Amino acid sequence: MVAEGHKPFIRIEAVSKHFGGFTAVDGVSLDIMKGEMFALLGGSGCGKTTLLRMLAGFEDPSAGRIFIDGQDMAAIPPYERPVNMMFQSYALFPHMTVEANVGYGLKYESMSKPERMRLVREMLELVQLQDFGARKPHQLSGGQRQRVALARALARQPKLLLLDEPLAALDKKLREHTQFEIMNIQQRTGITFVVVTHDQEEAMTLADRIAVMDKGVIRQVGPPGDIYERPNSRFVAGFIGSINMFDADAVKDGQGVALSVPALGCVIRAADIAASAGDRLSLAVRPEKITISRERPANAVNCVSGAVKDMAYFGKDSLFRVELPSGALVSVSSVNHARGHGTQMPDWGERVWLSFEPSTAIVLKV
Amino acid sequence: MVGRWFDSKGWRDIVISVPFLWLLVFFLVPFVIVVAMSFARRAELSPPIAFLDHWTYLQTGNFARLLDDSLYLRAFLTSLWNAGLATLFCLLIGYPMALGITRVTRSWRNLLLMLVILPFWTSFLLRVYAWMGLLGANSWFNKALTGLVNTILPADRAMSSIPMMNSNFAVVLVMVYSYLPFMILPLYANLEKLDQTLNEAATDLGSRPWQVFKDITLPLSIPGIIAGGLLVFIPASGELVIPSLVGNASDPMIGRVISDEFSSARDWPMASAVAVALLLALVLPIMAYTHFEKRAQERVEGRA
Repeated sequence: MVAEGHKPFIRIEAVSKHFGGFTAVDGVSLDIMKGEMFALLGGSGCGKTTLLRMLAGFEDPSAGRIFIDGQDMAAIPPYERPVNMMFQSYALFPHMTVEANVGYGLKYESMSKPERMRLVREMLELVQLQDFGARKPHQLSGGQRQRVALARALARQPKLLLLDEPLAALDKKLREHTQFEIMNIQQRTGITFVVVTHDQEEAMTLADRIAVMDKGVIRQVGPPGDIYERPNSRFVAGFIGSINMFDADAVKDGQGVALSVPALGCVIRAADIAASAGDRLSLAVRPEKITISRERPANAVNCVSGAVKDMAYFGKDSLFRVELPSGALVSVSSVNHARGHGTQMPDWGERVWLSFEPSTAIVLKV
Repeated sequence: MVGRWFDSKGWRDIVISVPFLWLLVFFLVPFVIVVAMSFARRAELSPPIAFLDHWTYLQTGNFARLLDDSLYLRAFLTSLWNAGLATLFCLLIGYPMALGITRVTRSWRNLLLMLVILPFWTSFLLRVYAWMGLLGANSWFNKALTGLVNTILPADRAMSSIPMMNSNFAVVLVMVYSYLPFMILPLYANLEKLDQTLNEAATDLGSRPWQVFKDITLPLSIPGIIAGGLLVFIPASGELVIPSLVGNASDPMIGRVISDEFSSARDWPMASAVAVALLLALVLPIMAYTHFEKRAQERVEGRA
């Protein structure tokens, strides 16, 4: 994690990028700390890749400035930046061996051949490919190619490593393994990583901090926990994980400000509602924060009842979809503590009670 | 019934056999005739050839003459030299053009490719005659060039014209002009397929633009260079029209020799022997090409 008060290592100042009439990146400002693993998360066309390409120097910002380690990058071509990139397609040179690929970035550095070979070997060891140096890229599996690409990008010992969808081309099993490998390498090398991904799980596991992007704008920046538990907008809440979201109105009663939620058919209490009566708000609750029970729980503050419409068993947990009298559907996920599925679980069509703590309710203004 | 017949293996075999049949009838059979003729001798018959009337039926005299008479060897060397020069200059001019075409927007690309093949819409002969007009001693082009050269020459060395016509220089120049599209098109097809991300990756790894070209683009375009090179070199080495019209008659290329043997000397067997020798000289590079192509293919298959 990043200590407060550090001078930012990368400073992106009001950077915009226009392609013809299209605005890919719209006034983005961002500080990234040294040694941080930072993720740019967003759907396709949100501008995350354009921002990455501007850091690498493949695109020039239409407006704004980028500083890396205090140096303005405006006039610095990609081949002189202390930045290396791992491409989504890996972009391995098909006519060169693995060794030549990894060593390519050192080719025009002033260093002796043995020194270069030593570095190449070190990099290959780092990604556990020391026995594959003589192979050509087409003789490698997808996962091995990915690691060659990583080793090649690390060989120049950049101050900043950019990773464009590093895991997108790998299958699920390999992805989990590689994820931890990348984190491991980042910790060992201490290099600042900026990862672009559309996969929220990838961003959550990899990154120290995440910037959620949409339509060229950063919607929220923060550690994964903050983004998940305290989203600042309907967009971020809906983009990360699954969530139940309802329209709500702020109402004032004897105990302070509460939420009138027509879909739930009752007044909901939530911690720190920064609104005054009459404001149009949204209530968002994560499925795992809701407790499902057959009996009405005693002293539950927020409690509604409905009928089980769907249920799905996932092994470690089950997902219920409960239909309320208003017709609204609420998703609830419940951990399967006990062994033996079905006996103590609510069944299809059964009447159940849903409750959640005021502290778990997310109140959104936008 | 008909549907089954179309699907049947027999039908597939027919479809596949058409090109083979074509090659057999129009290439292999004539080739065998030419090879056979090269082992005959000239005769006052119709056709003007005669074989031995006893075993082995073959006479190797033509091939012996091929090695004996230095005319043939000189013509071979002139052909290979001129064709080699033409190929080299086509490559030097065509490579930047092909590369340039891949780096412009799609609409410009189509226009430029169109311009590359535009000369084909005018008769080849007409274009060679146009060059004769340009290179001749009395042409405005020659006069203008002469005037330009005379400005740097001392007055007593001034030339009345530059002797460009009827020289190997003219042959190579006109061949480069004529065959340039055959170099550009395969090169373009090759360069256009190259993954631009590879260039970005090399740039990202600290290489300047010319280093990127040298390390990435050039090695990956070798199949295109070979394809374009052969498409220029092979027809250029057998070229007849260009050396006949703008070349030096005392230093003929091999195509001219074959033509003369065949029509003026009416020595069909000798013409056939020269043709067979030329073919052998050209088949070897093609075999080398297929070999390299196969290796290059294996290399390119590695691209993700």
